[in-house]
Amino acid sequence: MTARRLAESRIIGVALVAALLGLWELSSAKGWVSPLSWPRMSAIMATWWELVTSGELPLELASSLWRMFVGYFIGVGLGVVVGLLMGAFRVVYNLLEPLTEILRPIPSPAYVPIAILFLGIDDAMKIFMIAFASFFPVLLNTYSGVRSVDPVQIQTARTFGVHGTRLLWQIVLPSSSPYIFTGMRISLAVALIVMVISEMVAASNGIGYFILAAERGFQIRRMFAGVLTLAVVGYTFNRIFLAIEARILRWNQGYMQQLRN
Amino acid sequence: MSGYLTLIDLRKEYSGPQGNTVALGGIRLDIERSSFVSIVGPSGCGKSTLLQIIAGLVSSSSGEVRLDGKRVVSPPPSVIYVFQHYTRSLFPWKTVEKNVAYGLQNRGSLSTRDITRRVEEYIDLVKLNGFEKHYPWQLSGGMQQRVAIARALACRPDMLLMDEPFSAVDALTRVGLQELVLKLWRELKLTVLLVTHDTDEAVYLSTRVVALSAPPSQVAIDLPIDLPHPRQQIATREMPRYLEYRHRVLAQLFRDEKLTDDDGTAEA
Repeated sequence: MTARRLAESRIIGVALVAALLGLWELSSAKGWVSPLSWPRMSAIMATWWELVTSGELPLELASSLWRMFVGYFIGVGLGVVVGLLMGAFRVVYNLLEPLTEILRPIPSPAYVPIAILFLGIDDAMKIFMIAFASFFPVLLNTYSGVRSVDPVQIQTARTFGVHGTRLLWQIVLPSSSPYIFTGMRISLAVALIVMVISEMVAASNGIGYFILAAERGFQIRRMFAGVLTLAVVGYTFNRIFLAIEARILRWNQGYMQQLRN
Repeated sequence: MSGYLTLIDLRKEYSGPQGNTVALGGIRLDIERSSFVSIVGPSGCGKSTLLQIIAGLVSSSSGEVRLDGKRVVSPPPSVIYVFQHYTRSLFPWKTVEKNVAYGLQNRGSLSTRDITRRVEEYIDLVKLNGFEKHYPWQLSGGMQQRVAIARALACRPDMLLMDEPFSAVDALTRVGLQELVLKLWRELKLTVLLVTHDTDEAVYLSTRVVALSAPPSQVAIDLPIDLPHPRQQIATREMPRYLEYRHRVLAQLFRDEKLTDDDGTAEA
């Protein structure tokens, strides 16, 4: 392979990850960093594999992901509905815009104490937190999507006698779906973050709790194994999401290209 | 007033920063069923607005539109509008066959099987067989406008309102689309109302050409076109009568655009 083709392939990025993992292994083995808090990568991997095969880690992950997806889909669903209404009806926009602009900038961890106060420390609190944080990116992107629907598409539907809810469902929703998906992808990352934070603050299971408990019990390899799991989970979800998005929005790529020509 | 479509003193005003501007200053027209009427006029005379008012998509400031004796307040089911920008009016997330089926599915009276059959029939009519599963953006401009025409006709409307439907394609494709629309008009006994800025197209296609004046627009010329059918792209356009009609319409347009004197000579 020529140098030029190497520079254009993804291999160099994968090689960098491998090199860093090797450096990690070496730095721990040589004692450049205290092996007590910086175990060898090979040891972390071994612990991780044990935790996976024993079912301990999958169990923690399952309770985390259940909460995350319940919260995520509630947030996404409400975000799409409210975004559609705000985009379609000026009065709804005027009613809700100031409120969303006040609530949106508050960093999610700041309202954990409030959520605990009213919802306790169980699932309800975490699901609420995840839903609340997932809501805003979808809301804003859905709104932008609705505002950018081509008026000619709306008029076309109207000339076929379509109006009201059917117009929203048949034309406005699919037409703004590329925007909605962008919001959903941002929300997916946000949901993962808020899930971990809420489990670190108050939980008796879940991956966030697992990482924090390992750190407190000075089981450093377990701690790193938990973090490694989150990297794998985050990467996998993003990949799955992109694959679904590419399938559903297959039409959008060609359409955008046509508009550019 | 006994026509199929009657426009009674249609006015359209827009309020802007410099007060009201009058786009349409009282349009009166009486259009017969099964006629092919072209509306021409100087740019900004409100001919597209007029078409949208007739379609029930835009409301007039005063006056009324009557279709078959009934006042038009919302889009009538028997009238379909064909937009100039097919790239924007076709639904990019639907395939050709689903675009064509769109109007039918919202009529509610047909079974799924009847819809499928009807879609096939009209895709056949505009010669797009083999492209049913394609998306609009995978087709050329002329083919896309044919999809839009098939979608409009599949609902079996009595009248087509066409807003410069041939202006966004190249010259040869335009001739093909013109012939297609003429053929469908004759065979399906449609009433066609066409807005265009192309005088030749207007005279060639129509049974009647209406020229609007500069705003506040009124009907400046209402010219029946007595040319034999079927029209022929080369022979018809060489007929003395064709040239005479063309002359009269152009003279009116140029007068409004202040391009020439009243007698048709160019201004210095």
